[in-house]
Formats: sequence, structure tokens, C-alpha cells
Amino acid sequence: MQPIGMSLLREVSPRLWSIRSSEQVALAKRAAQITAELQQGVKKPYKDVIDVSWGDAHRGGLKPLTFVRQVIASCLYPSLLNSESLPIDVQQKAQNLLGCCEGGSVGAYTSTCGIPKIVRSVSEFISRRDGGVESLPENIFITSGSQRSLMMVLKLFVQTERSARTGVLVPVPSYPYFNMALSMLGGVMVPYYLDEEHGWDVKVDELRRALHAARGHCNPMALYITNPGNPTGHVQNRKSIEDVIQFAAEENLFLLADEVYQDSVHDPESDFISYKKVLFEMGPPYSNSVELASFNSISKGYFGECGVRGGYVEFVNLDPTVMECAYTLFSTDTCASVLGQITLDILAHPPQPGDPSYPIFSEEIRAMKDTMISNVHRVQEVIGSLPGMSCQPIKGAIFAFPQLHLPPSAVQQAEKAGVNPDVWYSSCLLDEAGLCVGPGCEHGQREGTHHIRLCIATTQENLEEVLTRLSAFHLSFKSRFF
Amino acid sequence: MLSSRNVWIFIQAEKKHICHRSSKHFAGLNKSRDSSVITPSPLSSFSLSKSLSGLSAARRGLIHRKMSENGVTSRRSKVLTIDTMNATVKKVEYAVRGPIVQRAVQIEKELNEGAKKPFTEVIKANIGDAHAMGQQPITFFRQVLALCSYPELMNENSFPEDAKGRAHRILQGCGGKSIGAYSASQGIECIRQDVARYIERRDGGVPCDPDNIYLTTGASDGIVTMLKLLVSGEGQSRTGIMISIPQYPLYSAALAELGAVQVNYYLNEEKCWSMDISELQRSLEAARQHCNPRALCVINPGNPTGQVQSRECIEEVIKFAAKENLFLMADEVYQDNVYADGCEFHSFKKVLFEMGPEYSGTVELASFHSTSKCYMGECGFRGGYMEVINMDQEVKAQLTKLVSVRLCPPVPGQALMDLVVNPPQPGEPSYNTFMKERTATLSNLAEKAKLTEQILNTVPGIMCNPVQGAMYSFPQITLPERAIKEAKEKGQAPDMLYCMKLLEETGICLVPGSGFGQRDGTYHFRMTILPPTEKLKILLSKLKEFHQKFTQQYS
Repeated sequence: MQPIGMSLLREVSPRLWSIRSSEQVALAKRAAQITAELQQGVKKPYKDVIDVSWGDAHRGGLKPLTFVRQVIASCLYPSLLNSESLPIDVQQKAQNLLGCCEGGSVGAYTSTCGIPKIVRSVSEFISRRDGGVESLPENIFITSGSQRSLMMVLKLFVQTERSARTGVLVPVPSYPYFNMALSMLGGVMVPYYLDEEHGWDVKVDELRRALHAARGHCNPMALYITNPGNPTGHVQNRKSIEDVIQFAAEENLFLLADEVYQDSVHDPESDFISYKKVLFEMGPPYSNSVELASFNSISKGYFGECGVRGGYVEFVNLDPTVMECAYTLFSTDTCASVLGQITLDILAHPPQPGDPSYPIFSEEIRAMKDTMISNVHRVQEVIGSLPGMSCQPIKGAIFAFPQLHLPPSAVQQAEKAGVNPDVWYSSCLLDEAGLCVGPGCEHGQREGTHHIRLCIATTQENLEEVLTRLSAFHLSFKSRFF
Repeated sequence: MLSSRNVWIFIQAEKKHICHRSSKHFAGLNKSRDSSVITPSPLSSFSLSKSLSGLSAARRGLIHRKMSENGVTSRRSKVLTIDTMNATVKKVEYAVRGPIVQRAVQIEKELNEGAKKPFTEVIKANIGDAHAMGQQPITFFRQVLALCSYPELMNENSFPEDAKGRAHRILQGCGGKSIGAYSASQGIECIRQDVARYIERRDGGVPCDPDNIYLTTGASDGIVTMLKLLVSGEGQSRTGIMISIPQYPLYSAALAELGAVQVNYYLNEEKCWSMDISELQRSLEAARQHCNPRALCVINPGNPTGQVQSRECIEEVIKFAAKENLFLMADEVYQDNVYADGCEFHSFKKVLFEMGPEYSGTVELASFHSTSKCYMGECGFRGGYMEVINMDQEVKAQLTKLVSVRLCPPVPGQALMDLVVNPPQPGEPSYNTFMKERTATLSNLAEKAKLTEQILNTVPGIMCNPVQGAMYSFPQITLPERAIKEAKEKGQAPDMLYCMKLLEETGICLVPGSGFGQRDGTYHFRMTILPPTEKLKILLSKLKEFHQKFTQQYS
């Protein structure tokens, strides 16, 4: 029932209207529809829909870490602390954490930046990760997911009212929800292209080109990077990071380093090195002047706890007066989800050798690592063998982002139907094979190229099924256009 | 409010100090570049840190040369400064987390470190955080959540069957049957259905479409999202949002950040903080001179004022909104917190539908609820929902897009919301315990509401309206002229001076009325009724004593 005369809200901010609706949402709707049809007994060439469009390990069937869930359960229901079924280190951890919650309850609010002890844990974690580079708790804000941190930091930058619009250099392909958040705030995306032929490398010349092209149209203030890359799976080496930092220093840009996949490096030749570590090792004047915000999360890596919503941002070289404003701004969220904070504490201080939970914990992590390495290998192998599809090495993160070399007739047909060719490909894949992937245009890509994104953080069994469906569909799709 | 001027002075002083320090280090640095130098930490302008022991001097030299080649020779200016940052963010103030709360945290730390004070603990009556004040969670809720997070517990006999059943159902709604999977941005579908059924029951059968339910990260997420949707236009056509004074600072903070025009309407303190239609009319007409007022926000039961709106009053407000073409935002997070005899919670939606199709088919309404208040008090989970009524389909598509940017609300919070709207039913094993706990909490709150009002009203110079609902008293305080003068000289709001002194002398943490807004020349504070009864009594008697002393001191 649609009421008449509903004009009041029609005048929504043009900024919001201007944002393209996500193709992913349309695909997800269609996937839900197909699932419902299957449940009603409609015959299809497949028995279920497999959805690998989310970057979500638990959805992909990977299991949460036992220690994490035991601690959360004990914090939620402290009567469990008397039960003998839980290991002693779980009980100790839970007791410890409850001790830093107001009133001993995870139901209480916390300080704006997070529970002080957990903020300290995070700073210790960062410092350990970065080989001793100091990390100060007062520069860290814990939020309900790193996306929330990203949005808050963007709010600090992007002018709401002033006529000169704020620009942010954004990689193509990129993480689409960053771009959406930026557009919603009225910021301008300044695209810089990653070099697909060279493993999605970040090229300084390209950064410079993008920046210079943008000057005059907007006021570029920041440079956004994901490393390891989403959706591209590249991992920057030290030299590449140094180059980017130097560029930011020369051009006076604030660095936004999205490092949520820091625990997901699969390539034995690559290491995750944080922007902060490199910055610090470059010494002054870089280390004491280049402004950096680095993001991390419990949603990725071995934890995969997306639904719990926990993440943080660490600021480096932030102007202290801006820090005051940031505090007030973050305060308007009241505080981050407490279970997210607790999970972050476990991420920062996991079980150690000798702890009763260590054997299981380390075994679960090893198994997950093996799964990821094997998945990467299998994806590369299968996609590499498919005609008309090519994939750069997946060194990190949890996605494959292969290029589709579509025949011109297929592209024409899609364009005639008024849809992006990779959206068209993805929806045919969904309809015909029951496989839901993300279309490349969601992330941005070079004009005339087409991609799909699939999450490879899933069980090996599930991945095999994904690859079987993808291969069969792809070959049949291709044969139709030759 | 803590005068922004004072903050400003503080900031300026710090700024000078830092610049001074930095330049000194820089001078030192250039001289001794090749020896093992101490460098200013990149991490904080406030502290020095370790040397770059891991990096060879040659490497540092190389970098330095490269810098010079590229013309980056001196310390570059910051990208993000008070002048270049988003101007609207600078205007954001948030009293409930403001300077007084920060000072309270500091005092607690000092006490822990053994500092001598005229008190042994800080009593926080500044924030509506029931668990922090010792309220116990509802057993059933926590059992189900524990089962959801660690499903292996389903095999334990110590958990009741209905808790297991609930956990099983929630997990079925989660991706990969894990609360660790993202949910749809609008929230888990079966939970939205449960919310819809709850609203129908609450509102005596008024239908509710699950498609109109959006699960949120606490109510504040929903409120800010709706405001974002409403705010547009420039100059004279810039959106104005009507909010009550006193108000909950979330509204003013969000409006400042969005660059919307805050349109104040005053609650009538003489009539127990009720809403006057004539005042709404006055406020609206005044605002129309300079902006485009599009929405009217109402908090019922009231925060910080504790009033509960009568059915008649809600009807009048709805008529006013209909006549003036205003979008209604009903913040109803205290819907179970009604204590006073003769008062009852009426949802805006129920009243709207009882007014007939003329209204129910047209007036646009968003209503907000949360897991943080009522008898649950589960603030830390950040659970909540909003219901949108009569919203245009195309706008709803925009709303869906808007919420997708924040991915999804915390799933444990969604699960908890589900339990709140679908608690144990008669006949289920957990029902009796649940009802016992719920009733005990609510009757305890009712008792404390009365106690607070009674004791405050025995103090000369303090005048407190009945705490009919919610979790706060918001008494008016009479301050001596000299105190007002002294505060003004310090650039401070007089009730901030009062609350700061109260904190320093007694350890009681309250929020000054100026943080919520009040009629010029009146002064208030907000105090929660949440401390345990015995502690509340002590708090009130200390407060009484302090007020008398303060009055004497400044007379």
C-alpha cells in the first residue's frame, strides 16, 4: 500500500541520489529469489546457490576459532566460569576482560576510544608487529568494525559545506564501500589505476598523473590504499610502500592505509609490512611529518568475525587539535560494540605456547593457513586453464579477481541489454550455475576490461564445487559466442 | 558546556608548545644526523621516543638526499589541521562524553594511584548505563547469546531448552550459521519479522511490515541515518530539524556535523516538561524565516527530562506534523521505563493509526528502539531498530543504500534485539525467571525515580519535576549571582562550574544542563537514577550537602 502525497522526503540530498545502487544488491536479491524457488521445489540444474560474493569466511563455511568463541561465551554468561568444561586460560581471559568492563558486564558502555586496557593491548600488538616501533594508546580508536573507522576518518576530511570539494585518491579496482562512503560525504574520488599486467602494482607515475589531473577540479587531501589488496590480492613490498610514502610526503597527502588483510598473505615470497613500520624506518622528516591512518579489523585473517563488528584506526602524526575534534566525533557513536572490542583483545593477545588452549588454537590457525594456500593454488590452476580468463597471482587477501576476456559479440549483447558486461556475465552465472560472484564494475576497472570477484576464504570442498560450476558455465558461455 | 573558548585556549597553548618543541628537535636532528640520534616520535607530538636503531645511518642519509632532490627539505605542513578539516565537525559538541566525564576518568585514575581526595570513589550518575551501575543482565538473554557464540554449549545440560531453541533459530538466520558472518545491511530477516510481530502486539494489532524494519547499531545509528536522509538544500532552503530543548546531545551533534539547521522548541518545565503546540508553532514560524524545517524530533519518555507524554499530547503533535508537513522522528528507547501512576507509554505509531486513515495513510514517521535501556540495559551490544512508516518507496531505496555503507549492525546486538522483542513466553522453562528479573529491575527503577525526586525537592534551591519515566532527573538549580559571575569570567557555563566543583569535592559525576540546552538564565543538571538504592541515597545526601555549601560559599 503506497500512500498518496508522499513528497516530503523526496528531496533527499543529491549526494545520496547520485550514488549508484550496488549491482551486488541486485544480484543478492536474485540469489535469495532462486534459493526460495529451490526450496519450493522448482527444478534447476543445481541444488543450492553458492554465494562467494562476500568477503566473509564464516559464510564460506570456515569455522570460528574455538578460543575466541569460548572467551566470548564466558564473558556473555559468566556462570560458565565455574564450569569445568572450559580451559583455564579461557576462564582467566574472560575474567580479566570482564574486570575491565564497567560493572563487570559486556552490556555496559565503554570509553569512546574503547576499553582502556584493550586499547593498550592493541598498541602493544601494533608495536610487536612493527618490530618495536612505538605505538601510543592515545592514537588508537576502536570502533564497531574498521568500516566505521574509515567513515569517521573521512568525516574529518571531507568538507560538508565548503565549495572546494575534498578529493581522495582511490585505487581502481578498489574496495567499493570506501568509495560509497566517500561519495556520500560529498568527497571526490580521484582514481588511480593499479597495473594489472604487473600483478596490480601501485605505480607512482600513475599516482602523479591522477593527482595532477584532479588538481583544479577538487582539493586532493588524502591517498587511500588497500594492502594486501582488495579485490586484487596484491601485496606491496617495502620499496613500493616507500615510494608511496615519499609521494605522499612530496604532494602533501594524508595516507589512509587499509590493512585489514594483514594476516592474509599466502605467497611465501611476500610479507606484510605495515605503512607505519616503513614510515618509521624511513626516519625523519618523513616519520615525524607524514600523516597516516592505519586500519585493522577482526573480520579478516584467521578470525573472520565480520558479524561481531570490531576494528580500529591508529593515527600517526595527527595534528593534536584535530585529535581533539576526532575524539568528539567518535564520541557521537558512544562506543564500539563490546564483544568486538573483546575479540580485538584476543587478536592482540592470542594464546601463547604453554597455555592450555594453545595447541588447539595454533592447530586451527595452521589448518586455516593450509586451506587458504591450497585454495589460492587451486583457483590459480583452474582459472589459468580456462580460455578467456586470466588471473594475476593472488599473494594476499581473500579474493580472486580474474579478468574476463569476453568475445566482442558477448560485450555487444550485454550493452544492448543495457547492463555492464561483467554484471551480465555474473547474473548468467547465477541463473545458470547457482554461483553468486561480484561483478568487477563494483570495484572499478580499466575501460574495456571486465572482471569478477570471488571470495576464496571457504572450505576446500566448497571451493571445488565453486570452481566446477564456474568452469562449466564459463566454457558453455564462451561456446555461445564463437 | 565547557566553554569552547576554554578548550580553544587550551588547544592554542598546546599548539604553541608543540611547535616550539618540534622545531627544537629539528635543529638538534640536523646537527647529529649521522650519530645515533633521538628523533621526535612520529606517533605523538607529545612524546619523544626510541631512536631509529634498526636503520643504518647510511640509509637515513640516502633518504635525506632523496628528500632534498624532491624539494621536501623542511618539515612539511600538516594536511589535516584545524583550518583544513571538515568545518562542520569542529562544531560538534557532545556533553554526555564531554570534559566533565573526561575529568571523572582522570580522577578515578588518580584515586587508583593513591591520591588523597575528600572521597574514595567516583559515582557516575552521568550516563544511562545500567550495567555499569550494577544492574544484572537478564539470564535468559545471556544464555542464548552464549549459545549463539559457542554452539558446542548446546550439549550442556545446564542450559534450558527454550534458550537452546532460540539460539538455534537465530543461528539458522546467520550466514554459515555463525554470528561472525555479515548479515544483510537491513538486518537478519527472521529478526526483522520478530520485531514486526512485537510492534503489532505492543500496538494492539496495528499491522507492521518487516520490510519497514531496519536493524541498527544502537538507536543512535538509526537516528543519524534518518537525519542524513532528511538533510539537503542550501542557504534558505537548508533543512531545519526541530528538536526539544532540553535535548539529548546526539541530535545537536548530528545536526552540527551534517550542517543542518537546529530548530529549538522548548519543553514546558512548569508543566512537567510537556510539549506545547503553541511553542511548536512559534518555533516553526521563526525557523521558516531562515531555513526549511522538515522534521520534528520527539523523545518519549523524555531524555534528559523524564516526562511521559499523554495520549492527547501525542495526538496533537501528530496533527501539528500533518498540518505543517513535517516528518516525525519518535525516539522511543525508554518505552518500558514508565514509573509514575497514571502514566503510560503510547507509541507514536499506535496513536497515529488510531487517528484514522487521514493521518495514518500520510504522516511519515520513523520510530527508534534499542537494547540499551528499559529493563535490559545492554548498552555494550549496540543493538537497535527503527521502523519507517509511510515512507516513499524510492526514498526507501536510498535508505537501503545508505545503511549498506556501514555493512551491517553487530550481529550479537541483532540477536539480543530479537530476544527483547521475543522474550520467553508463559509455559516456557525460562518464563518465570525472566519475569521475575524484569519486574524486579523495573520496580527498583520506579522506586529510585521517586526517591530521587523526593530527596532533591527537600533541598532549597533545587526544584525537580516528577521522574515519570526514562532514567533521569533534570532538576533546576538556583545559583548565586556570584557563582554565575565567576563562571562567566572563566568563560564557563554556570552549571558546568557547579558540576565541576561537585565532581572535585564529592566525586559525583553529573552532566550540566547547558550540555542539553535550557531556557536562558535557568540552570540544571542531569542525574541518572541508576546507582543502586543505597548508593543513590548517599549520592543524594552528598549532593544536598554540597548544594548548601556551594550556595553559602557564593552568597
